Formats: sequence, C-alpha cells, structure tokens
Amino acid sequence: MASSNGNRDAELHSHGDTHGHGSYRDYIVGFLLSVALTSVPFWLVMTGTLSTAATLGTISVLAVIQIIVHVRFFLHIDTRGEGGWTLISFIFTAIIVVITIGGSIWAMYQMNTNMMPTSVENMTDMP
Amino acid sequence: MSDNSLAKTIFGRLTWESFPVHEPILLATFIVVMLLGAGLVGVVTKYRLWGWLWREWFTTVDHKKIGIMYIILAIIMLLRGFADALMMRAHQAIAFGDNPGFLPAHHYDQIFTAHGTIMIFFVAIPLVSGLINFVMPLQIGARDVAFPFLNSLSFWLTVAAALLTMVSLFVGEFARTGWLNYAPLSGLAYSPDTGVDYYLWSMQLAGLGTTLSGVNMVATILKMRAPGMTMMKMPVFCWTAFCSQILSIVIFPALTAAFTLLLLDRYIGTNFFTNELGGSPMMYWNLVWIWGHPEVYVLILPVFGIYSEITATFCGKRLFGYTSMVYATLVILIMSYLVWLHHFFTMGAGPSVNSFFGIASMAIAIPTGAKIFNWLFTMYKGNIRFEVPMMWVVAFIITFVIGGLTGVLLAIPPADFVLHNSLWLVTHFHNTIIGGVVFGLFAGMVYWFPKAFGFKLDPWWGKVAFWGWVAGFWIAWMPLYIPGLYGVTRRVNHFYDPSLQPWFIVAALGAVVILIGILGFVMSIVMGWVRRDQLRDTTGDPWNGRTLEWSTSSPPPAYNFAFTPVVHELDAWYDMKDRGYQRPADGYRPVHMPRNTGTGVILSGLGLVFGFAMVWYMWWLAAIAFVALLVVAIGHTFNYNRDYFIPADEVARIEGERQRLATSVVGA
Amino acid sequence: MSAQTMTPEAEADARAVTWHLAEEEDHDHGGGGATLLGFWIYLMTDALLFGAVFSVFGVLSTAYAGGPIPREIFDLPLVAVNTALLLLSSITYGFGMLQMEAGRTRGVQAWLLATFVLGAAFVGVEIYEFSHLIAEGAGPGRSAFLSSFFGLVGLHGLHVTVGLIWIATMVAQVSIHGLNVDNKRRLLCLSLFWHFLDIIWIGVFTFVYLFGVTR
Repeated sequence: MASSNGNRDAELHSHGDTHGHGSYRDYIVGFLLSVALTSVPFWLVMTGTLSTAATLGTISVLAVIQIIVHVRFFLHIDTRGEGGWTLISFIFTAIIVVITIGGSIWAMYQMNTNMMPTSVENMTDMP
Repeated sequence: MSDNSLAKTIFGRLTWESFPVHEPILLATFIVVMLLGAGLVGVVTKYRLWGWLWREWFTTVDHKKIGIMYIILAIIMLLRGFADALMMRAHQAIAFGDNPGFLPAHHYDQIFTAHGTIMIFFVAIPLVSGLINFVMPLQIGARDVAFPFLNSLSFWLTVAAALLTMVSLFVGEFARTGWLNYAPLSGLAYSPDTGVDYYLWSMQLAGLGTTLSGVNMVATILKMRAPGMTMMKMPVFCWTAFCSQILSIVIFPALTAAFTLLLLDRYIGTNFFTNELGGSPMMYWNLVWIWGHPEVYVLILPVFGIYSEITATFCGKRLFGYTSMVYATLVILIMSYLVWLHHFFTMGAGPSVNSFFGIASMAIAIPTGAKIFNWLFTMYKGNIRFEVPMMWVVAFIITFVIGGLTGVLLAIPPADFVLHNSLWLVTHFHNTIIGGVVFGLFAGMVYWFPKAFGFKLDPWWGKVAFWGWVAGFWIAWMPLYIPGLYGVTRRVNHFYDPSLQPWFIVAALGAVVILIGILGFVMSIVMGWVRRDQLRDTTGDPWNGRTLEWSTSSPPPAYNFAFTPVVHELDAWYDMKDRGYQRPADGYRPVHMPRNTGTGVILSGLGLVFGFAMVWYMWWLAAIAFVALLVVAIGHTFNYNRDYFIPADEVARIEGERQRLATSVVGA
Repeated sequence: MSAQTMTPEAEADARAVTWHLAEEEDHDHGGGGATLLGFWIYLMTDALLFGAVFSVFGVLSTAYAGGPIPREIFDLPLVAVNTALLLLSSITYGFGMLQMEAGRTRGVQAWLLATFVLGAAFVGVEIYEFSHLIAEGAGPGRSAFLSSFFGLVGLHGLHVTVGLIWIATMVAQVSIHGLNVDNKRRLLCLSLFWHFLDIIWIGVFTFVYLFGVTR
C-alpha cells in the first residue's frame, strides 16, 4: 500500500500484522507437551505420591506452564502481534486476574478468621 | 382454579396489584409521562418524522450521532434522578419528631436506590460515553470508531436498560436495597418481590452495553489513530479516555459476575450470597466494590482530560506537563485497582488487610494532585479567557480538591470506622462526583456543543446554569460534612433529634438552587437554538482550539475528514495553524462508509422484553425473546453487505459548502 | 482559518510538510484492521469474568455446609476423558486453520466438523456429570461449594456451547461464501475463542477437580 511518491507515506502507514498461525509442528509439539503436563498432575493426584502441599504446589506450577504452552503454540502470541498490544493486554489481564483472585481470597480469609472465632479466648486473642 | 393457573402461566407474577393506582405521586407521574409521550408521538407523526427518525437516528452507526444520543439519554435521566433527589431533600427537611414526612420508608428506600442507580448508570456513564464517542475519533483523525455496529448496539442496550428501570415506576416496584443492591438484603429471602430483579436485569443489559463500548473505544485508539500520531502525540483527552475505557472493560466482568451469581441465587436457589448453607454475602460486597471503586475513576479520568483540553485552549498555551499527565493517568489506572476494600473496612478483615488498602487509598491522591498542579501551571502566565467552559474548570479545581481531601480522611481505617456510611461519606462522594465529574461534563458539553450542532450555547444562560450548580452544590452539600462528622447516618428517612433539622433545610434549599442550574442549562440549549444565527460557528474552530476536531466543519460531515490528516506534533491542529496549513480544494476521493442497521435497536428491544419477562416470571415470553435474540444476532452475521462509498463529487459538494460558509462571514 | 501573511521561507516550509496521505489507507472503519485486536480485547474481558467467578470459587470452595465434599463426587477418570476431548478439539481446530491458510475449503469444513463433534462430546459428558450430581442430591443449591462448582464449570460449559453454535454458523457461512476475507477473519476470531476455552479448562481441572480431591 506504500505510495510511489516517497513522501514518507510508507513510514506513516502502520499495520501491526497478526498473521502467525504456526505450522503442524507447533500444534504437534504443543499437543504433546499438553498431554504430558496434564497426565502428570492427574497421576500425582490419583496416586497420592507426594504430600498434599507438594502436590498442590506442583500441579499449580504445571498448570501455569501448560497455559503458557497453549498461549505460545496454539494462540501464537508473541511480541510482534498487533504491535505488541496482544501480549501487553494478555500480561495486564493476567496481573489483574491474580490481584482479583489473590486479593479476594486474602481479604475473605482474614475476615472469616476474625469474624468466626471458635471460643471466647479466641475472640479476645484476635490478631 | 384452572383460570388462576392459566393466568399465572401467561402473566407470571404480574397481577392487577402490580400497578400502583393507589399511589398519588406515581399516578400523577404516570399521567404526566403519558401526556408528554402522547404529545411527542403526536408531533413526530404530524410532521412525518418517523422515517427520518429511523433512518437518521435509530439505525445510525455514526459515532457523532450515537454520542449525541447518549447525551440526550443522560440529560433525560438526569431529570428523573434529580426528581428523586428533590423528593428526598424535601422529605428529609420535614421528617423530624412527630412528622413522618410524605414518603413512607417503603418508598423512600426505592427513591434513594433509584437515584443512585440512575445517576451513575444512566447519567454519568452515558454522558462520559457520549462525549468520548463524539470527540475521540475526531481528535485522532479517524472517520469513525473501530466497530460502528457494536457502537449502535451498545447505545441501544443502555436505552433498553434505562427503559426497564423506568418501567418499574409504573409496573411493580423498584429495588429498595441501595444503588449497589447489597446481599444478603437483595437475596430472595429478604427481597422476594420484583424490585431487585428489575435492578439486576437492567444492570446486566447496561453492563453488556458498557463493556462492548469499552472494547470499541480501546480498539479505536489503538488501531485508528491518524498516521504520525504516536501514543505520545495523542491529545490528552484521548489518553484519559483510553485509560478510562481500559479500566471499564477490566471491571465490568466483576460486576456481571456478582449480578449473575445473585440472579442464580434468586432464580434457581444457589447459595453464593445467602446466609445459609455456606454462602458468603461479603463476597458479593467484595466483587461489587472491585467494580465500584475503579468505576469512579472510569468516570473522572475522561473528565480530567476534558479539563486539560479546555485549560490549554482557554489559556492560549500548551498544556503544562503532558508527559506527567499521561503517567499520572496510567498510575491512577493501576492504583485504582488496588484500593477497593476501603469501601468495607468495617467488614472485619483485620489490620493487615485494612492497612494495605488504607495506605494504597491515601497514595492514590498523589497522581491526582500532580494533575491539579499541571492545570494551575498551565493557567499561570496564560492568556486566560473566562468563557463558560473555563469557569467550570476553576469551580472544579476548588470544589473537587476538597472532596478529594475528605476522601483521604476516609482512607484511614480507624477514622472510617466512625465515618463509614455517615453523611461525611455521602457528602464526600457527591463532592467528587458533582464537583469533579458533573462540572467537567457540563464544561465538555458547552465546549463541544458548537462542534456538534454548529452554534454555541447561549452564554448568559450558561452562566446561570454555572452559578446555579456551583452555588447550589456548595449550599446543598458542603455543610453536610459537619453532621456527618457527628455520626449522622445515610439512608435514614426519619430523625428524632430536632437539632439536625436546620442542616437538612439548608440542604433542601441548595437542591432548589441546583434546580435553577439545571433549568439554566436547558434554557442555554433553547436560547442557543433561538439565537443560533448570532451564535453560529462558521469556521469550525470557535474557541481557537488546539486539537484535530477543530479542523473539521461544525458539524462535521458524516465522514469527518475528506482527507486523513497526517500528524507531526502534539496539539496537531495548533501545529497545522501555526505552519500555515491550507485546506485542499480538490482531489477528493470516494469515502468508504459503514451502512446503517436496525439490528442494534431490535436486539436491544428483545433484550428489554427478555428482562421484563424474567422479572415477572413469564417464562414463555422470556424463552421466545431469548430465541429471537439468538436468531436475530446470528441472522445479522449472514449479512455481508455492510458498507458503501460516498462518491467523490458528493464529498466535493459537501466540502465546497463548508468553504462557502467559512468565508461568508465578513472578517472570518 | 484564513492565511496570515507568511515569509517566503515559512510558505515553503508549509508546502513541504505532508498534511495528508497521498493514497487513502484501507483502514477505514477498522473492519479488517481492528477486528482481531478488538476480539482479543473482548476475550480478555471474558478472562476477567472467569477470574471473578474463580475468585468466588476460591472463597467458597470449602463451604461444604455438611454436604458432599469433592472427593465424594468428583470422578477424576471422567474429568481426564473430558480434558482429552477438549485438548483434541483444540488440535483439530488448529489443523482447520492450517487448511484455511492453504485455501482449502473442504479441509476447513472437515476439521470444523471434527472440532464440533469433540466439543459436543465434551458438553455431553458435562451434562451427564451435572445431572448425575443433581440426582444424587448434590445439586447447585445444596451448599455454597456446590453452587460455585456448578457456577464455574457451568459458565465454562456455556461458553463451549456458544462456541459450538459459532462453529455451526461458520460451517454454514463458509459453505455459502467460501473462504472470503470476512469468513477468514471470523475463523481467526473463533480460533482465539476456542483455544482460550481450553486455557480456562486447564484452570478448572487443576483448581477445581484436582485441588478439590487433594486438599
């Protein structure tokens, strides 16, 4: 679409192309990684190999990794898409989701602890 | 027996008792509304304007017209919301001791609920949306927003929501639970009637409209800026609109979730927010305020942008500290998402939670303070013209700062334990919303009115409106900080302590002065139209503006710009004037435009029917409306014929007209 | 604005500056250019909707009210099957997109149908699971935990159902108009949507099912 009269038109056009659909390779690699990242958590939980805390921690981390796998191999999100706005908005959303879920659980847990004491002693000993 | 059950199947829980024929105020209102409505329909029919209305307004996808319609909706709803305010003020001025006032609690509660709901959702949000809609695409040199059909749909969904709320006046009742409809009071156990359902379905429609609109505005700013307009060369109003709309789309899902879960509680008996079976009513508060706090920043940020544009224009100087304004806006955007718990310090989350949110709430005053200084520094040594928009700016600076300071006091959790839900709180938020948002919206309307309609508003009546609002606000609200500090609570419809009465009488007088302000504004429109030849804007740049919207004619043509401008500097129009820009007189090309469509109106109408049917438990009607919604929405996507071209000679004709008007006035 | 008198240098300066594009862009009303980003932004709001409902689940996930607990009602093998169905549907959709890149209409239709079948199976399994739970007295009204379980998993299932309607619509539209610009754009948006739903499911099976059974 650049015009032939070099009047700086070309650099004035901004496109932010999004076409990045990857290849068969991307989907196969993503699929295999996802299968692994799904099987391991299910196996850990169904066999109870690790302690509760370790299990919960591990499957959480594996979930986050699998999300990143999906984002990279299926959604093809990178720093180039839409001039970088796709990635920025994704990271921003992720941060907000973490604040929402984390902040809510923190505040509500604190409230439940403070507002539902199990005995008179606990009432007077409230944090 | 079967009669009864047949009636129940068809009409759900709607019965003859649902119509408030025994309430004199409502009956009188209904008669007036019917007469006005009939009059309007009569006039439109007599002058054969239905076709014009449908073609030019109901089916338009033009951002300018949609912006104007948003503002018309907001002004109509302002009258309704203010009527609620007048009733409350009149009642509270007399309801002391033996005098029960003229509003029983049952009605008083509906009035304060409706007042808040209408003012925020159907006045403030549409006014902000309307101004952003009208101005932003012009300021970035675009022809329209990114998704014109979605724009139309968003507007009509808001109208449907407003209608659903208004219908509750005459059919059934509205909610009595406050504008945020707190659980557990809003659960089925405590509010089984239609009120809360009207509220919830209305809010879902409005929320959907607002979210879609926000996506539209953000995409427009990211993708449709004129060539050369980098983000840091964008007008500051567009920056604030951008941050406001980002915040808006981030938060509305939380509100949608809260309302959806409450609807599930009410309709299918889940236990999200009930007192039994493990429900957590405070989780409703948590979600609602995750929406609610950032929402006030959604409202104020574009208004800060309006103040920036007006200050720069009427002081004849570039805005001081553009970069710091942008950063301050971004900081406010992020921080506003970290303070929501200050709305329920008293919930009992304890000192660690409360101190985090308290400190964050105090800190958020800092970037706003930076903005105030920037406006003052812009005014310093500027060539200030005190036309009506600039008067609003000065009133804002003085009034809003006080409101902000009282907010910082509320941010201190121990202080908040005394002041929570007192008149101090109520005055604080009216102070910031009226002194901040409303003053700015009036400033913006006066500033951009000539661009939209081709003539200025009558300045004398504009000053009546200004003094009415400013004096009225100060009389009605500022004194109420004091009884608030003494612990007087909000939402109380009767007091026994006679020493409080003088405060409420003064407040009522203030409300009447504000009424003068509102009437003044209406008159400024009427007299502006009457005197439009003297007030005509022939050049498109009546205020000697600095941004691109002033480079178009007043009103702009449908396509905004015959040629997409190329931007080199911040304050692009000022730069163009400064460097001797000449408008091209030929070489016009055909312009690509989106077609009008009635789908937005139709979908919203169906949404209204669906909401009404759900409120009254008319399941068959809800099912039909829902299926129709799906059919129309999917059917619309099968229409691939969505655009057309304005031919080049038509563009030439329009531009020629404009040139003739601009040069017709002697000494233009 | 009427021209002020300018020095010859200033006039030359004004003429040299580009004020308008020589050739009109086809950005116009953003149809082609902005739709994908706009849809992505919408998807982010959908993510935030799920975020809010996840946070409700997080707060209420142990509010059993003396009723059924996760270990008693969650059938992990069935959940594993469902997870596999959804993951496979992501791959089939991806293959469909590669066919679209190559311009093969029949290929696109075939993979769209495969995705539909897998997605419908997913929804079918969920409906089976839900009706089974309700029949056992572990319905959404039994406790806050169950309300939030049904709410979150149900919201996801509702989204998948909308996706199925969309896939069916695309099959129809591609058969009428082929792989024209509008349809390709729509298929791209649906691709974002479908993969997004699989991402949400990762959160669901981890934090609802696996967490529930473990803690």
